[in-house]
Amino acid sequence: MPDTIPYTTHERPDTGLYNAKIGIWLFLASEVMLFGALFSSYVLLRVGSTNWPLGHTILNVPIATFNTMVLISSSVTMVMAWASLKLNNFKKYRLYLGLTVLCGLIFLVVKGFEYNAKFEHHLFPSTSTFMAVYFTLTGLHGLHVIGGIIVNAYFLGPGSKMWFKEPERLTNRIEVSGLYWHFVDLVWIFLFPVLYLL
Amino acid sequence: MSEHHIDEVKKSVRIYITVFVALAALTVVTVAVSYFHLSLVAGIAVALFIATIKGSLVACYFMHLISEKKLIYAVLALTVVFFFSLLLLTLSGHHNTITGTQIVS
Amino acid sequence: MPGGVMLPEFYNQLGAMHGTIMVFLGVVPLAVGAFGNYIVPLQIGAPDMAFPKLNMASYWAYFLGGVTMLVSFFAPGGAANSGWTSYPPLSNIATMGQTMWLFGMVLLITSSLLGAVNFIVTIIQLRTKGMTFMRMPFFVWAQLVTAFILLLAFPPLEAAGVLQLMDRLAGTSFFMPSGLVISGQPLTISGGGSPLLWQHLFWFLAHPEVYVLILPAMGIVAEVIANNTRKPLWGLRMMIASILILGFLSFIVWAHHMYLTGMGTVISAFFQTTTMMISIPSVIILSSLFITLWGGSIRFNAPMLFALAFLPMFGIGGLTGLPLGLAIADIHLHDTYYVIGHFHYVVAPGTIFALFAGVYYWFPKVTGRKLNEALGRLHFWPSLIAMNFIFMPMMIQGLAGVSRRLYDGGASYAHAQGVLHLNVVMSVAAWALAIAQIPFIINLFWSIKSGERVKSDNPWEATTLEWSTPTPPPHGNFSTPVEVYRGPYEYSVPGAQKDFTPQDQPKV
Repeated sequence: MPDTIPYTTHERPDTGLYNAKIGIWLFLASEVMLFGALFSSYVLLRVGSTNWPLGHTILNVPIATFNTMVLISSSVTMVMAWASLKLNNFKKYRLYLGLTVLCGLIFLVVKGFEYNAKFEHHLFPSTSTFMAVYFTLTGLHGLHVIGGIIVNAYFLGPGSKMWFKEPERLTNRIEVSGLYWHFVDLVWIFLFPVLYLL
Repeated sequence: MSEHHIDEVKKSVRIYITVFVALAALTVVTVAVSYFHLSLVAGIAVALFIATIKGSLVACYFMHLISEKKLIYAVLALTVVFFFSLLLLTLSGHHNTITGTQIVS
Repeated sequence: MPGGVMLPEFYNQLGAMHGTIMVFLGVVPLAVGAFGNYIVPLQIGAPDMAFPKLNMASYWAYFLGGVTMLVSFFAPGGAANSGWTSYPPLSNIATMGQTMWLFGMVLLITSSLLGAVNFIVTIIQLRTKGMTFMRMPFFVWAQLVTAFILLLAFPPLEAAGVLQLMDRLAGTSFFMPSGLVISGQPLTISGGGSPLLWQHLFWFLAHPEVYVLILPAMGIVAEVIANNTRKPLWGLRMMIASILILGFLSFIVWAHHMYLTGMGTVISAFFQTTTMMISIPSVIILSSLFITLWGGSIRFNAPMLFALAFLPMFGIGGLTGLPLGLAIADIHLHDTYYVIGHFHYVVAPGTIFALFAGVYYWFPKVTGRKLNEALGRLHFWPSLIAMNFIFMPMMIQGLAGVSRRLYDGGASYAHAQGVLHLNVVMSVAAWALAIAQIPFIINLFWSIKSGERVKSDNPWEATTLEWSTPTPPPHGNFSTPVEVYRGPYEYSVPGAQKDFTPQDQPKV
């Protein structure tokens, strides 16, 4: 009895939260500081520069708009995956989570084409501060997308077996990874206009 | 885990779809506005305004922040305060310099 | 240099890595990772930390980060050598060791972030029945604030690390301004970067980091003092309020490390104001600890000696910080040995003494045996004296204008000649300090096997929950679920049977 850790699945009455929910929000707070610091660096560098190019003169807006839609869609499918578990529909859960993973992969592939196009035009991070900011911010965001895909793929595959032993615990885990995935979408919602449209 | 009734979840699903449509529309808007050739300051203001609305929709409805507990709000409020401190104080440090000095990159 | 024992390049490596290793591989892992992880769950009545696997991940990230840092000494050009502060442009063009430092820091930061999440969730969610926030021991409050500081202050340094890695590996110019010339050759980089950007991002973490170094120490000292005065902590509520305010303010004082970077009077005044403000909660906590001693039945055992010494030593450290926080005085003192003296007073006879107090205090709970008291005194007195002979002369040298990070210790500067002899004093004292640790090391190894066995689970007759577990605590910490009925320092309660009432003793 003293062995098990309380409030992993059910909420603690006075806080109304289970452990992992607080845990993921704390982690996301630290991520806000991480991307916030990068964003602040971008602002400082841009304000201090003499000839900062307009994003759309260098970057491909239509492709990035498509990617934005892909990521937003993946956010919907992610939350639908969680809702499906709440409605006890395991098949729908796997369908929606699969779509989420698929959308994430599409995002990365498109990003890959974008980066490649830049390299072919001899535009590298070292070319200018603008390119440095573009590659670093979208690159770090991309690493976060990869992380999310890996976690979601795990819950699509071997991790989904938990449904048959501890369904509530799995539902919580999907809620928690959903929160992470939405955050990744949220960062892109700000990155896209800031880098591409301004 | 608190017990959501099936109806509550189904209602949430309707909200998710609505938010998705709104997000898609706002994406179109923000791209369209960028073709208006606004001044830089106006452009930044509009872009960030729309992004904030989109971000808030994702946070409030997909991340269920609108019905979250006080503790989570408190942590996020603290984070926002520190983020703005970092941004604004750093910028001020570059803007407010010793008389006759300029920070050049 | 003729008669020297090492090359200047190696001296620079030692300087940079000493700071890095002591802070990130020494104090933080000991104070937070070790003491925090062991004692916090016990003191709140929890069976474990909230996320055991996350804790393991945090440890191994720390381990890999540490290995990276140590191995960097063998890289071509040696370890990082641009100061623990790694200011660009110098650090950008430094040898490979700097890249390894950056990777090491990314791993260490990850470790701290994971740990911070664990601590906060544990303290909020796993407090046992009756353990309200206001009944938590001060040590737990200290760890909670520390965890929040780590969580929110580290990411900007991680961002800076990523940016510098991009600069060094991908040729970007985040921190490199245009027009840089090195050894007569203009650099072929895009330029347009800002060295000051690094400083802001670095100090945004590094200032709160110093509170990470001191807060757990204050927590330990508070526990030991309450226990060995047989009195409640004076002004506990004030201390808790102070530590919360201190944690918050620590985020908005950082540019007092940057007074000499050309910031104007307005922004400098802002940071000077917040810096002066933050000394207030600091003084409140220290004063409360001093006042607790008044009228106490003081037991001068080994942990108490270290805890008592902490008070004046941290006092000196804190007070010597004031001229540094005042922009005008800092013009003279910035980057001198005065700074080194100031912060070493806080971390060496400050934090490290508090950690020693913690070791002597909790050793019996972990091993079931007490550390030898005589060896403890033999450890304490020479250490205290030696520390003062190392760090007080630094104040004098700093006031004379001797800069820090000088390979020759100031020998080639005219203004340093009058205080140069103090280098010998400090060096002798440093060796004495090293020798003074021998009794401690012997004590540790000897006492584990042959130390005096404790006769109860609570040999110090303390009130907090960690003393209600079996010795050592088994898996799950408590043999039966524990409930709390009172505050953490019910010592010498009028009318009580004994001079201490444990938190989990049922009300009659």
